[in-house]
Amino acid sequence: MIVDVNANLSRWPLRRTPCDELPRLVDSLLRHGVKQAWVGSLDGLFHRDLGGVNLRLAGDCRRERRVELVPFGSVNPLLPDWQEELRRCHQQHRMPGIRLHPGYHGYGLADPALAQLLDLAAQRGLIVQLVVRMDDVRVQHPLMRIPDVDTKPLAELVRPRPGLRLVLLNAFPTLAGQELKRLAAVDRVWLDIATKEGVGGVADLLKIVPPARVLFGSHLPLFPLESAVLKIREAALDDRLRMAVEHQNAQRLLGTSDG
Amino acid sequence: METCLNRLTRRAMLAQTLRATTGTAAVVAAGAGGPSPGAAADAEAAWATPRGIWDAHVHLSGVPGTVEQRVDRLLDFAGRLGIERIVMHMGTSFVEDPSPEEVRRQNDEVLRAVAHAPQRVFGFVYVNPKHGQESLRELDRCVRDGPMVGVKLWIAIRCSRPELDPIVRRAAELKVPLLQHAYDRVGSNMPGESSCADVAALALRHPDASFLCAHTGNDWERGLRAIRAAGNVLAEVSGSDPTAGFVEMAVRELGAERVVFGSDAGGRSFASQLAKVLSADLPEPAKRLILRGNLQRLLRKGAHP
Repeated sequence: MIVDVNANLSRWPLRRTPCDELPRLVDSLLRHGVKQAWVGSLDGLFHRDLGGVNLRLAGDCRRERRVELVPFGSVNPLLPDWQEELRRCHQQHRMPGIRLHPGYHGYGLADPALAQLLDLAAQRGLIVQLVVRMDDVRVQHPLMRIPDVDTKPLAELVRPRPGLRLVLLNAFPTLAGQELKRLAAVDRVWLDIATKEGVGGVADLLKIVPPARVLFGSHLPLFPLESAVLKIREAALDDRLRMAVEHQNAQRLLGTSDG
Repeated sequence: METCLNRLTRRAMLAQTLRATTGTAAVVAAGAGGPSPGAAADAEAAWATPRGIWDAHVHLSGVPGTVEQRVDRLLDFAGRLGIERIVMHMGTSFVEDPSPEEVRRQNDEVLRAVAHAPQRVFGFVYVNPKHGQESLRELDRCVRDGPMVGVKLWIAIRCSRPELDPIVRRAAELKVPLLQHAYDRVGSNMPGESSCADVAALALRHPDASFLCAHTGNDWERGLRAIRAAGNVLAEVSGSDPTAGFVEMAVRELGAERVVFGSDAGGRSFASQLAKVLSADLPEPAKRLILRGNLQRLLRKGAHP
């Protein structure tokens, strides 16, 4: 059983991918034993009507019967009245969390608007997913060059907010070395494996980050689900670690596990 | 060391390793060709990777230890995913513009790798075309008189330059493929770094040689177009993010006979790179060509010079 914490609905604007229509995305999830996927919307990177984006996302998830899709709405703290977006995600759509794209929304992690957003999200008990990168900066479209999010301020953002639960998506290779170790030492920060590279990369990651805070993430549909599935196989984890990464950690974070 | 290593000649090695297998049928479903470590406890074991895969692009990096220890470790990881044979090139350190002495040292490390696991490791000789005579001597030492089965070119000099011509001619005489690193960066490439257009230009000058366009530019949507008209260039898919749709486009634009699996491990995981092929919406015969058949066909030429 797998819980995928890093999937997306809708389409990437620069490329069609094999699983960028919901039925095929769900087929892929089912083929590899994914019982639940936490999904954001790729529309949320570019659309300014995030109310519409999140409404569609919630509806798509609610209507899907073959697999459990858990919506994570988009919030952009630079847009007017973003607080209403946050409220709707929480109260109207009953989402367990939100997904942030600082790179695509044009703010750094030191921006006071983000601090305020994190405070409010923590007060509402929402999980915050923060996407560090969507694609390789070396080969981006020349009209859409989006640097990776500078993660250096993260540890100091999380420490003073005891209610915050932060999930970093696609954090590698940006997050590495001492910075990774510093963040690994901060409770309430989770990392997914979608962009973790190197032979046996997931096993290496588990030597640095506490195993309870590593999550299965695919970056579907931009990456095929098979990439993350095979990374687990390549790492040859024992059953305890494998199950923790594949589903138990995510279930615990979402509050759907007894563990 | 050299004398000992050179006892394993290219022809003898290829004859040994190619004799037992025929064409693409050698890539088989898991369970038919060997153990599947951890599979019993794996809830997803129903989706099994094929066995008998050949990987055209592996380095002695990403794992610690001596050359021999690194080979063992890399082969262990590879074996977990059904990768049977790997092509190694360059040594334990990456030097952008290596001296002839450095090139020789790195090739000696690959010779050690081949000698350590001759049934699973192929070697490509690394040369720096800025040093023409030394490159030809290294080709003779490692390929003509040694066990290596191809040529690796990296980023010392753009491959469309005329300095490459004698090396390509020698490789063509020996009937071994050339694997050229190629990137198409959004800004500009590194000094000396080839683009896919450079590879195509070189290949069109040498229609009797065979080329592997390593990484297909990383910007593969651009790279595939650049090499499309050069029929003696195969797209090698290693070393980029596992973006969905890469291999499908490669097959659509070039045909399955012109696409080769490579990983760029140990900097990359075998897993993410293999996923590009295994996830592709392609018929199984096309995948078998990509995962083994095409590389095998290229290397087979060198077995009968």
